[in-house]
Amino acid sequence: MSNFLRYKGFDWFLLGMVLLIAALGVMEIYSATYRTKFAGAHEKQIYWILAGIMLMFLMTMIDYHTLMEQVPIMYLVSIVLLAMVLVVGRKVFGSRRWIPLAGGFHFQVSEFVKLVIILAVARYFSEARQSKVAVGDLVKVGLLAGVPMGLVLLQPDLGTSLTYAPIVMMGVLLAGIRLKHVALVALLAALAMPMAWHYGLKPYQKARLTTFLNPEGDPLKAGYQVLQSKIAVGHGGLWGRGTTKGTQMQLGFLPVPHTDFIFAAFAEEHGFFGVLAALLLYFMVLMRLVHNAQTAPDRAGVFIVMGVVGVLLFHVLVNVGMVIGYMPTTGIPLPLMSYGGSSVLFIFMALGLVNNVRLRRFVN
Amino acid sequence: MSSPNRFTGYPEGSDTKFAQYKIAFVQYLTLGIFLLLATGFWRLQIQNPDYYSELAEQNRVKSLPLLAPRGRIIDREGRVIVSNYPSFSILLLREQTRQLLQNLPAISQGLDIPIEELQGRLRRFAREPKYEPIIIKEDATSADLAFLEAHRDDLPELEHVMVQRRLYARNGFAAHVIGYVGEVSDSELNNPEFAQYNPGAIVGKSGLERQYNDILMGQDGMRRAMVNSRGREVQKLEEKPATAGKQLRLTIDLDLQTAAEVAMDGKNGAVVALNPHTGEVLAMVSRPTYDPNKFAVRITSQEWKELVENPDYPLLNRAIQAQLAPGSVFKVINATGGLEEGVLTPETAVSCAGGATFYGRYFKCWQKGGHGRIALHRAIVQSCDVFFYNAGQHLGIDKLAYYAEHLGMAHKTGIDLPHEEEGVMPSPEWKRRMFRDKWYAGETISVAIGQGSVAITPLQMAYIVGGIASGGEFRRPHLVFPADVRAERPEAKLDEVRRFPLKDDTVEQVTLGMWGVVNEGGGTGGRARIQGVDVGGKTGSAQVASLELTRVVRSSQLKDNAWFVGAAPRRNPEIVVAVLFEHGEHGYLAAPIVREVIKTYWDKRARFSRQEYARLAGEENRP
Repeated sequence: MSNFLRYKGFDWFLLGMVLLIAALGVMEIYSATYRTKFAGAHEKQIYWILAGIMLMFLMTMIDYHTLMEQVPIMYLVSIVLLAMVLVVGRKVFGSRRWIPLAGGFHFQVSEFVKLVIILAVARYFSEARQSKVAVGDLVKVGLLAGVPMGLVLLQPDLGTSLTYAPIVMMGVLLAGIRLKHVALVALLAALAMPMAWHYGLKPYQKARLTTFLNPEGDPLKAGYQVLQSKIAVGHGGLWGRGTTKGTQMQLGFLPVPHTDFIFAAFAEEHGFFGVLAALLLYFMVLMRLVHNAQTAPDRAGVFIVMGVVGVLLFHVLVNVGMVIGYMPTTGIPLPLMSYGGSSVLFIFMALGLVNNVRLRRFVN
Repeated sequence: MSSPNRFTGYPEGSDTKFAQYKIAFVQYLTLGIFLLLATGFWRLQIQNPDYYSELAEQNRVKSLPLLAPRGRIIDREGRVIVSNYPSFSILLLREQTRQLLQNLPAISQGLDIPIEELQGRLRRFAREPKYEPIIIKEDATSADLAFLEAHRDDLPELEHVMVQRRLYARNGFAAHVIGYVGEVSDSELNNPEFAQYNPGAIVGKSGLERQYNDILMGQDGMRRAMVNSRGREVQKLEEKPATAGKQLRLTIDLDLQTAAEVAMDGKNGAVVALNPHTGEVLAMVSRPTYDPNKFAVRITSQEWKELVENPDYPLLNRAIQAQLAPGSVFKVINATGGLEEGVLTPETAVSCAGGATFYGRYFKCWQKGGHGRIALHRAIVQSCDVFFYNAGQHLGIDKLAYYAEHLGMAHKTGIDLPHEEEGVMPSPEWKRRMFRDKWYAGETISVAIGQGSVAITPLQMAYIVGGIASGGEFRRPHLVFPADVRAERPEAKLDEVRRFPLKDDTVEQVTLGMWGVVNEGGGTGGRARIQGVDVGGKTGSAQVASLELTRVVRSSQLKDNAWFVGAAPRRNPEIVVAVLFEHGEHGYLAAPIVREVIKTYWDKRARFSRQEYARLAGEENRP
């Protein structure tokens, strides 16, 4: 019986679109790396995707309610792991994000913690019975996400720490935040900003934000990346330069084209039409996810799926926005397209969670 | 089927309607975000494509080397012998190949470089990454630089960079010891010694420049910048500063080197001056010499041909590479061996009548009419051949060769210069090995006075005599101070000692004999006498061709080579000087050259107190 559930109710349409985007990603990764020292990355990405699909199916097997019951333990483990990263993590490009595992793999803890936070927020708000959110709730969920956020920020990884915020924001929105509370939070944020600016942010992070406001006038390296990204995108024109023919990327002007700036590489090679197609696919994925939220069996399910929506939307907004200069450079990947095992595994596990909810929608 | 659901107390479905408006809000928000993003792409790709396309085409990354200055070479007192001077080199940037090939004729004409040379260089560097520029002209003139600046727009492949060029002393001063630098050749790149360098690297090719190349060379840095089509830097990408080469301090004393060079003016041969107590080489000259500055700027093939085909071999460092018969200087070795063995004593005497017969052949003494009855001491002083024919015969070739080799013959001294030769010490074993022939007793007689197949280098001569006079302590000659290069050469034992202990009597007799050569009446080395200085020495005249031939062919080329080696003081000398005066005919004509060098040394020594001189000589720097 449960087998039957699994195959028929599964969201194949969603999986299809996701795999389509992933395929575009693999193609672009190939183009970005085949002549560099990263050659072969596209093969590794395929392995990650296959592993991700397996994990996705695995995630659907355990009822999400059971998962939510285990949230306290999972949360504790997450905090411990994040702390461990700060102590034993390997420094790559100046920040500790990875815990080395046997077999040469490493494990970016912060990506997986996102899943835990989605479940935690879902659990918190599904247990509540009021129709509106109280200040106390705000504080509690704030801390719930804030503590991991802080630990991640210390790595330092500003970008990933920020991705925890939309989960809370989505949860709070759905649970029914009062307008005056929104105003209160906004006020607090505005007051905290100068403090955060001076004490919280590292110089290069500050530089990224200043160059975001004025990239062309800035001789620092931070502005260089965005400038090159815009040049690459613009160079794509209407139809694009063709696969493997994006010169800005091929000649090395576009930095990290197979990870953070993959969409710029894609835009250079496939032009405006390519970009529209890719954006359309992402849009359809998001809409489909929302549909799954609307057909969720219970409150918790809604929060879970919408949490995934929030994270994905945030990633797309910030990453693609960065590529065209609408957002500051924050170093977060574009899910399904950027090269990176942890990111791929996260998104598939998140999709697993979504299917987990979907598969149980007719269960009493 | 599923675990009890404590999260819902509500009937299915109704629980989720709570957020339907909010979810709808999120949907519209998403739509809005995507439209925003799409607009952004529109602006970049459709509205303003040319702006960014242009930037894309103009984007170039320029990589310029920051060339590391090579370490200077200074003498033991810190006086500069070799330094660098700034000059400009013209570089060719190779990223835009099509444009570059089109512009080659213009570049060739404007910079006065034959186009074949440019093409050849491009071919040579074809394997190197394209963003690395190549040097096409060194020591660019102001006209070249002006041409470059004037054509910045239409010839953007050209760039200039300031480099430090090697400046050697004029007139070939110390040219052989120092050596010269040049571009590393393709065959050298295959050699493990040079494997770490890239084509175009300037490395030491001979002498100390080669021996200590890794210390002198430093490491080039690099500067990468993004430039627009006008070659103006738009953005600095990275800069790795150059590591300057380390300075090399030599044991050479500039004053002694100068004295030796001046004394050898107009003559061919070599001078080696060293301090047997430490092994430090104080001067080393080889003539004829050449101007290494010609190598520092790229030498023309014509000049190179002239140097290589010159019958006098100016590129040869005679001090360590000329292997010639030592003539009578060998008698010092003969006497030492004889005394050690007990075959000779101070009382040993022979009757010299101007020659003697051995094995059916008459061997002459240089003194027509002979020396009469002569004992060991006077035999050394007057360099009696007959005495030493007998000495050699009684010692026997095997023992003679044994002592000669242990005193340093037929072995490299181990000086820190490339291509040292080891000379020859004939013996029955040697002859069997080299010619598969047996030894003839008559050959011992020629060998006994340093003729025949015996061959020695000037460095060996100074080393051997210095060691004998020091009682059998032979210190390895070296040109840099071990303490200075300890970090780079931790294993090298630059000044290691080899001991072949000699009896005190032996040393006394031999050195007294040498003192007599210089200071007693009838001594062949009187021209080396210095008032107030205890100098001992030995002359030598080595046959280049047989006497019969010289009688027939009157050529200066066939005149004997003249040797003189001097030591001061005679026992445990502080300085030993060996001079080879090619075709100088008589050893006493080489003696004044030795005198010059020792006098310079001694005058200097007298001018300063022992402490001051030690300080100047850097002795306190030694461990």
